[in-house]
Amino acid sequence: MTTPIIRVKDVHKSYGKGPNRFDALKGVTFDINEGESVAIIGKSGSGKSTLMHVLALLDAPTAGTVELEGIDTSTLKGKKLNRARNKTFGFVFQQFFLTANISVLENVMLPMKIAGVRRSERKARAHTALEQLEMDDKASNKAVNLSGGQKQRSVIARALVNNPRIIFADEPTGNLDTATGGNVEDILFALNRDKGITLIVVTHDDELAARCDRRIYIRDGLLVNDTTEVAA
Amino acid sequence: MNALDLIGTAASNTFRSKTRTVLTILAIFVGAFTLTITNGLGTGINRYIDDTVTSIGAEDVMTVSVSQDANTGFADSSGPAEYDPDAIASDGFNRPGSTVVALTPDDLETLASIDGVLDVEATKSISPNWIQSGDGPQYLTSVGGLVDGQTVQLAAGTAPSADSDAFELNVPISYVESLGFADADAAVGQTLTIAITDAERTQHLVDATIVGVAEESIAATGAGGLVVNDALTDELYSTQNIGIALDEQERYAQASIRFDAAATDADVTALKERLTDAGYTGTTVADQLGTFKTIIDAIVLVLNAFAIIALLAASFGIVNTLFMSVQERTREIGLMKAMGMGGGKIFGLFSLEAVIIGFLGSAIGVGIGMLVGTGISSVLAGALLADLPGLTLIAFDPLSVTVIIFVVMAIAFLAGTLPAARAAKADPVESLRYE
Ligand SMILES: Nc1ncnc2c1ncn2[C@@H]1O[C@H](COP(=O)(O)OP(=O)(O)OP(=O)(O)O)[C@@H](O)[C@H]1O
Ligand SMILES: [Mg+2]
Repeated sequence: MTTPIIRVKDVHKSYGKGPNRFDALKGVTFDINEGESVAIIGKSGSGKSTLMHVLALLDAPTAGTVELEGIDTSTLKGKKLNRARNKTFGFVFQQFFLTANISVLENVMLPMKIAGVRRSERKARAHTALEQLEMDDKASNKAVNLSGGQKQRSVIARALVNNPRIIFADEPTGNLDTATGGNVEDILFALNRDKGITLIVVTHDDELAARCDRRIYIRDGLLVNDTTEVAA
Repeated sequence: MNALDLIGTAASNTFRSKTRTVLTILAIFVGAFTLTITNGLGTGINRYIDDTVTSIGAEDVMTVSVSQDANTGFADSSGPAEYDPDAIASDGFNRPGSTVVALTPDDLETLASIDGVLDVEATKSISPNWIQSGDGPQYLTSVGGLVDGQTVQLAAGTAPSADSDAFELNVPISYVESLGFADADAAVGQTLTIAITDAERTQHLVDATIVGVAEESIAATGAGGLVVNDALTDELYSTQNIGIALDEQERYAQASIRFDAAATDADVTALKERLTDAGYTGTTVADQLGTFKTIIDAIVLVLNAFAIIALLAASFGIVNTLFMSVQERTREIGLMKAMGMGGGKIFGLFSLEAVIIGFLGSAIGVGIGMLVGTGISSVLAGALLADLPGLTLIAFDPLSVTVIIFVVMAIAFLAGTLPAARAAKADPVESLRYE
């Protein structure tokens, strides 16, 4: 069997200390294989975002290990960690996080700028990504002037411009109407299907969850149900 | 992110909040402007003093006289000083009626033998009765010569030639009108008659050519009188000494000695000590103007301190501006970190922004400071300071101007480190947390 792209072993995550200590994750274990689309589902406050942050190496677990392609991520520090973040992940957030007063193109180029890609190549790749999302005509518009759906498509362009292995999407359709949301979902699943990019979606939305290969249910920091295990 | 992108991004971030940035730049501008003006004041005045020093004497020349134990005219606790037959009344050099002990040829030999003395030349003291141009009125004046290395700041013509056998002299520009010439240029080439009385009370007239007109300055050569060449000095001196026994003639109030031009301050001090040990007092031109310069430097230092205080106040503006922009851009910082931008680069991004603000403020401040300073100088040179030709009150030299810009940028960088460090430390998860 091939090494899973992400392997989570008994991960705990606590916030605060002493009497204020709160255990957001109380020991979760699962694997995600390359090319899968996975939904992380659960009630508000159950620990979904916390889990996603740990998977995306934005936060270190209090206990337990997260392996990325077989490498214990606690051994990744400084430059290596930054390289892993930059090369491996793309992010799509509910609240977009576009820089308002610069152009869409500049926003999309940001991950490549961080990676140190030459300016001419940056531009070419950003335009290609925007074209893919039918957003190229808005490239020189300021991000603040876009509609919600256009913003989210710009964000997806930014997420995929560095050819990531995994795209993390935290409530990607939460701020969009049903039609626009459905459109954004189509784009994400197309990327998963056509390019083999692993898709990890955090959502409340059962319909979106149903479109994923697999669903991981979280309640009060514990994994309560994993559809692959059910199937097995 | 490579260095060029970092600078480019910082530059465009600087102007994301235009009003705030412009106000901060303005605060820096005020400080840099003040610093430029005060610094220019120091440069201008000191440059003027330096020019004056070159005009009164070469820097490797020392004036030597015999050291005296008691000041005539003042009560001395150790009793009156003993009468010295070599004491002569010196004219024009000391207070009227006071005496100095004259230097004899023996003294000159002793001086020449002192270690470090390259050359000794007695200063021949000449007292003409009057000078006259054509049939015009007669005027009182004093006479001085040029030592090797001395220059005259000229308004017209040339300095008197040291090698020439002809009698040549310079007159100060203030004499031109009194002597009946239209302007400085008209005076050049004219003849001036000098009347001088010898020891037998006979008056002699000597004709000399005016070869140049000297600018007036705070310490002009020849104490603001005529500047004559060696040929004329010798002529006047021998005329003045007619009737004095030959062995009595060679009495000088002071002499000029020359030392190695490359001598350090320590060498000069050591030479002065050797002179003192031998019973002489040596004074350099630098000694005469040194105190003046020290005072100017001290005043400029105080003024600079005020400017620096203004800059420090402005640097708090930078701290404030950057904290606000770190605050506003929390999410952006979090996102960049999530995308793999290192803390060091984030720090660089914000501290560069501070440096850019500092650079703009200082460059504009220095630029406008130089314009205004030059303007003030030229206005004052024609009015308030017209009596001090050659003085540019506020002058600039490229080095100190560059230093100002770099100092301000360094202060700005230091001010930026605080907010930049906060940005660099920001936790990406914290920054991305939804409200
Ligand atoms: N920095 C923190 N300090 C203290 N508690 C925290 C912190 N971050 C998260 N929590 C707590 O951890 C729990 C899980 O939070 P998390 O954001 O993962 O929930 P979620 O499942 O994403 O909820 P939602 O669906 O509302 O986004 C919550 O109870 C939250 O209050
Ligand atoms: Mg959440």
